[in-house]
Amino acid sequence: MTDRSADILPADQSIGKVAEQLAGIPLHFPARRRWLAAMIFACALLLLLVISTAALFTRGVGIWGINIPVNWAFAIHNYVWWLGIGHAGTLISAFLLLTGSEWRNSLNRFAETMTLFAVICAGIYPVLHLGRPWYLYWMFPYPATMGVWPQFRSPLEWDIWAVLTYLTVSLAFWYTGLIPDLAVARDRAKSRGWQIFFGITALGWRGSAAHWSRWSQAYRLTAGLAVPLVVSVHSEVSLLFAAGQIPGWHSTIFPPYFVLGAAFSGFAVVAIIAIALRSWFGLENLVTDEHLDLLGKVLLATGLMTAYGYVAEVFDALYSGGAHEMQTLLDRIGGAYAWTYWGAIVFNFIPLQALWWRRVRRSGWALFLISVSVAFGMWLERYMILVTSLYRDFLVSSWGGFTPTFWDWSTYFGTIGLFLVPFLIAIRVIPMISIFETEELLHEEQEEKHGA
Amino acid sequence: MAPEPFGLLAEFDTPDALLAAAREARDAGYRRLDAFTPFPVEGLTQILRMPRPRISWVGLIGGFGGAGTALLMQFYVNYDYPLDVGGRPLYAISAFAVVTFELTILFSALSMIFVMLWQNGLPRLNHPIFAARRFHLASKDRFFLCVKGDDPELEPQKTAAFLKRVGARSVELVPP
Repeated sequence: MTDRSADILPADQSIGKVAEQLAGIPLHFPARRRWLAAMIFACALLLLLVISTAALFTRGVGIWGINIPVNWAFAIHNYVWWLGIGHAGTLISAFLLLTGSEWRNSLNRFAETMTLFAVICAGIYPVLHLGRPWYLYWMFPYPATMGVWPQFRSPLEWDIWAVLTYLTVSLAFWYTGLIPDLAVARDRAKSRGWQIFFGITALGWRGSAAHWSRWSQAYRLTAGLAVPLVVSVHSEVSLLFAAGQIPGWHSTIFPPYFVLGAAFSGFAVVAIIAIALRSWFGLENLVTDEHLDLLGKVLLATGLMTAYGYVAEVFDALYSGGAHEMQTLLDRIGGAYAWTYWGAIVFNFIPLQALWWRRVRRSGWALFLISVSVAFGMWLERYMILVTSLYRDFLVSSWGGFTPTFWDWSTYFGTIGLFLVPFLIAIRVIPMISIFETEELLHEEQEEKHGA
Repeated sequence: MAPEPFGLLAEFDTPDALLAAAREARDAGYRRLDAFTPFPVEGLTQILRMPRPRISWVGLIGGFGGAGTALLMQFYVNYDYPLDVGGRPLYAISAFAVVTFELTILFSALSMIFVMLWQNGLPRLNHPIFAARRFHLASKDRFFLCVKGDDPELEPQKTAAFLKRVGARSVELVPP
């Protein structure tokens, strides 16, 4: 990676120009019309979520298609899907920071922003699924008059700790990385409103050498903590399944399988956002074809690892020889929901193979379409894992089915609005590409050029 | 007597020029130095002889604090409300692992970030250095060296001439 980073950004741009360009995006927003159109669309989706939630809270979870035996469906399925998407933001930002892969510098800010809002979308789902969401506080250890404490030996209790920790640490990491850039925007701001906004949010950052040295240490160490955090959070999510005895869930491959699948879907969404943003704001000089090339490679690699998870899962069922495990395997490949299994395989892994070619990886459109296919394929995979395992469990008398209702779909599309609205606001008000890290990288590249 | 100025601020074009000037200033006997740069410049803190930050220790202590809190909490709630689930152990360390790990990370990360801000004296929305005319460039593409007002060697005229000689593009006296 190091020999590559030498020319990831065109080195003939001046550092000052880049700072002006990036800080200028919130200050002199270039794509007002397109932004407004996207915002109206996103707000419509958000409105749909508000309506769906209101309906849910008045009428109860019975308005969804869930019942016994499939009592976990869209709510948990989309929870896992959103959370998985969020993980790529942390991985890009933290993991690649630690490995010194400087190409991340053009991607990390919006990837982290994506993480924040994806985790929020994920986090509301279990709450909606509670049935009596006003009792959410029962999850927290407080001295209740009933004398009862939460059950810390249950994965369902682990969940809230994992998600809230992840959200808090992601927010803190994101903001810490943002402070120097808010100061850049503060120093460029001309209007009173922006000066106050950036003046306060930059916390008075002045780039002193002592500040930078403490900041770098805190930032890098937090990054070091964020990487195992991602792994632990999604492993914990997989334990919600694997700690149960349901055939098709009760498998030791689940933690790595879930973590890799999460990274896979997340990198796909990062690629979608990167391609969209660079064409919106004309950032071809900073999000270069080289970046797409690398994203394509990462996507291919995580995709192949996820494919390995599929193979291991089948092997696990065959090797166990358990009658119910085998039954679930057969249900997956030939049962009523076989379309989700084969759909996941086709959308996840078939278009992905095009990424073996360099020309495809470097083409914005091709990578965009493949990424959309992956995001959809991973959505089907989560659907498959949930429903195919639950609809036929041990007792034939309790077999059933699941069909999503209108409210299932409306809640899901609504969460896309819940993701897009704050994301669009973030694009509007904060520098979406890390300014100081880009400058640092440009400087290093120019040094190298001079040295050579 | 007029209050002593905040310091003398010299502007440089490149990190290398700043590093060279900082080295010269150290050699010339200036001790109260600071630098302001748009991005972290490698080697600067060593030249300015700034102490190594100790955020990592804070992170370690925070981590232990988090792990301790989580374990104590989980042991206590199982002690206070024992629930026998098919004879499984009440104090199941393996089942406590996830929450313990999460709180270790949470406490460690937050303590490091808060201590970093606290040691840096942030948030502090105003500061004398912001009064310098060209200081807004410190967040763009200029690199500043500051000889602080309490440096015993500081004599505004002489120091300004010195800074010019070591390659400063502009030198400015920052009022207190």
